[in-house]
Amino acid sequence: MRVTVDPITRIEGHLRIDCEVEDGQVVNSWSSGQMWRGIELILQGRDPRDAWIFAQRICGVCTTVHAVVSVRAVENALQLEVPLNAQYIRNMIIAAHGVHDHIVHFYQLSALDWVDIVSALDADPLAASKLAESLSDWHRNSVPEFVAVQEKLKAFVASGQLGVFGSGYWGHPAMKLSPEVNLMAVVHYMQALDYQRRANQIVAILGSKTPHIQNLAVGGVANPINLESQSTLTLERLYKIKSLIDELGAFVNQVYLVDVAAIGALYADWTAYGSGVTNYLSVPDMPLDTRGTTFGLPGAYIQNGDVAAARPITDYNDKYFEDGVRESSKHAWYDGAGGALHPYDGKTEPQYDGFNDDGKYSWVKAPTFYDQRAQVGPLANVLAMYVAGNEPTKRHLTRFLTIAGTIAGGDIPLSALHSTIGRHGARAVRCAVLYDTLDTQWNLLMQNIAKGDFDTFNRPMFPKGEIRGFGYHEAPRGVLSHWVVIRDGKIKNYQAVVPSTWNAGPRDENDVLGPYEASLIGNPVADPEKPLEIIRTVHSFDPCLACAIHLLDPQQRELFRVTAV
Amino acid sequence: MRVLVLGLGNILLTDEGLGVRAIEDYRAQCEVPDGVDVVDGGTAGMDLIDIIAGHDVAIVVDAIRTGKGPGAVVVLHDDEVPAVFRQGLSPHQLGLPDVLAAMALLDLRPPKLILIGTEPLEIKPGIGVSPGVEAAMPTVVATIARQVALAGIPPGKTSHGNDAVGL
Repeated sequence: MRVTVDPITRIEGHLRIDCEVEDGQVVNSWSSGQMWRGIELILQGRDPRDAWIFAQRICGVCTTVHAVVSVRAVENALQLEVPLNAQYIRNMIIAAHGVHDHIVHFYQLSALDWVDIVSALDADPLAASKLAESLSDWHRNSVPEFVAVQEKLKAFVASGQLGVFGSGYWGHPAMKLSPEVNLMAVVHYMQALDYQRRANQIVAILGSKTPHIQNLAVGGVANPINLESQSTLTLERLYKIKSLIDELGAFVNQVYLVDVAAIGALYADWTAYGSGVTNYLSVPDMPLDTRGTTFGLPGAYIQNGDVAAARPITDYNDKYFEDGVRESSKHAWYDGAGGALHPYDGKTEPQYDGFNDDGKYSWVKAPTFYDQRAQVGPLANVLAMYVAGNEPTKRHLTRFLTIAGTIAGGDIPLSALHSTIGRHGARAVRCAVLYDTLDTQWNLLMQNIAKGDFDTFNRPMFPKGEIRGFGYHEAPRGVLSHWVVIRDGKIKNYQAVVPSTWNAGPRDENDVLGPYEASLIGNPVADPEKPLEIIRTVHSFDPCLACAIHLLDPQQRELFRVTAV
Repeated sequence: MRVLVLGLGNILLTDEGLGVRAIEDYRAQCEVPDGVDVVDGGTAGMDLIDIIAGHDVAIVVDAIRTGKGPGAVVVLHDDEVPAVFRQGLSPHQLGLPDVLAAMALLDLRPPKLILIGTEPLEIKPGIGVSPGVEAAMPTVVATIARQVALAGIPPGKTSHGNDAVGL
């Protein structure tokens, strides 16, 4: 039986998943990006100093990450150093953005795959509040808070506005949580809406505005630091940021991480599904020097889930990373002649011929690392940081596994993370690590300013002839890299290899399944008309294909179109 | 009384970005009165909460499919607005329904919501709008100015009209 889910994301992007289901299990699958991305062609011939302004328009969710990695790519081509203050300010922007993105992904975009919002109406708010207080000392787990949210929920249901929560499979047999756990999750869903705003406010202050930051420049940032002038980064603004950081930290550590541990433990059977590709790629981030040779957070390539044999990615000129990336168009709607190509030589020439199971079926290319498929994202990053001995990662991961183990009634091994629910756990752990980073980077910036260093910008100079470079960033959805070839000060070629390309890509040059596809094999599907289990596994990657593709949808249609043949 | 004029769309996809282009034209050609914030929202999602919050009237300018032909301009009000996006008439599911839903849950939704929609001709990678939509731009700008006046903001020159920081 063929099951098609299209589209599978609630926000930007357009992703179609096809599965062959036999005896209640997925036996084959196809991941298809449904629209062409043409950013590369738009950038050709432009000034490399402006590339980031266009790049941040690729996606409405990840504006900041494309902007940052674009300036890093051009700086790499020029071998241009970046002042310490600029590194710290950029690091704070990307850490705050990451915290925001992870919170929104869990609560607003995927929690309702696991939480039955209608069931929360039946909860005893007293018991639910007591349960929440037994798990965490969060100050907003009180009975009045729980009663108020349940009343609000009742009002929305009574006025037929359940749609504000998006489309969900209320009452699906795969929903297992008690009404009290469901109510606790709904209370935190509402609070998450409020707390995610604080992370955005940090980005807005440092980036001069959202949704599109304006403070970047090839060579640094355009934030003059003057502790007295009102138009610049002042002491007052820096302390406002600090108070926002502290409020965020409490939510991340006392609510988000605890909720995922609890819900994960109650769905422990989902540690058996969704591992898929267990080669993991992540890159180091939060540069601590002007050249990008030391980092706050490590990255590595891990093959076959063998964490002990991780090979670190070490700096912004890392040859091992630079040489390993290829993209195949054999199963993507581009001219694939010449086999898998390195991004410097990448081509974006459309060749659409319809959806063919054994041929081309996606607008997303298939990236490989030394000819292997690789999974990217918080799970890849957390495993790399853990094995490198990163202190915040070890602390938060241990705490996460301890809480989950207490609720599940047994020790939970690290290997449980190679799964659908494990990806949610790793994301919560990474979010806590990013909060610590935000705090650390704020302190580093303050200390450096206190030394009398106010530098934020080094002017770029473009030589005659051809130069090329790459920039990477460990973005919320995983490794993001931009690759630029510059000739006589103008962009000759530009390629963005985005996280969702790594994970959502189709079969590669050797017909090997991509991470989404591989993770679905063996998934249960209780009801092909309501394939909640397929959605759970794909959502666990945090799919956002806006950068790989963009939505054009002239037809009236439901949020999910599910076709079972 | 605070009014927001919010241009939405992806400027990398020709007519998809017509909402952003329209608010740029509005800013350049009209005297933006006091009390009006003009913001390029791009294709942003949840970031828009803090941009929309605190306004009494939100005027959203965007590309929508109406079936009335390229360049056709329509004005929709209040509950008609999320309905348009839910039905997929908007070419980009930018998440405005999600943003409005979140704002409803937070009791932050502006009392009045207006959508000025323009039908795109083509949506393909590229900067700038198509000639058919270009020709409609004066109508869109005039419609923005009229809706601002209808919201009760008297005309007059000001230093406002710059992008508001989302705070």
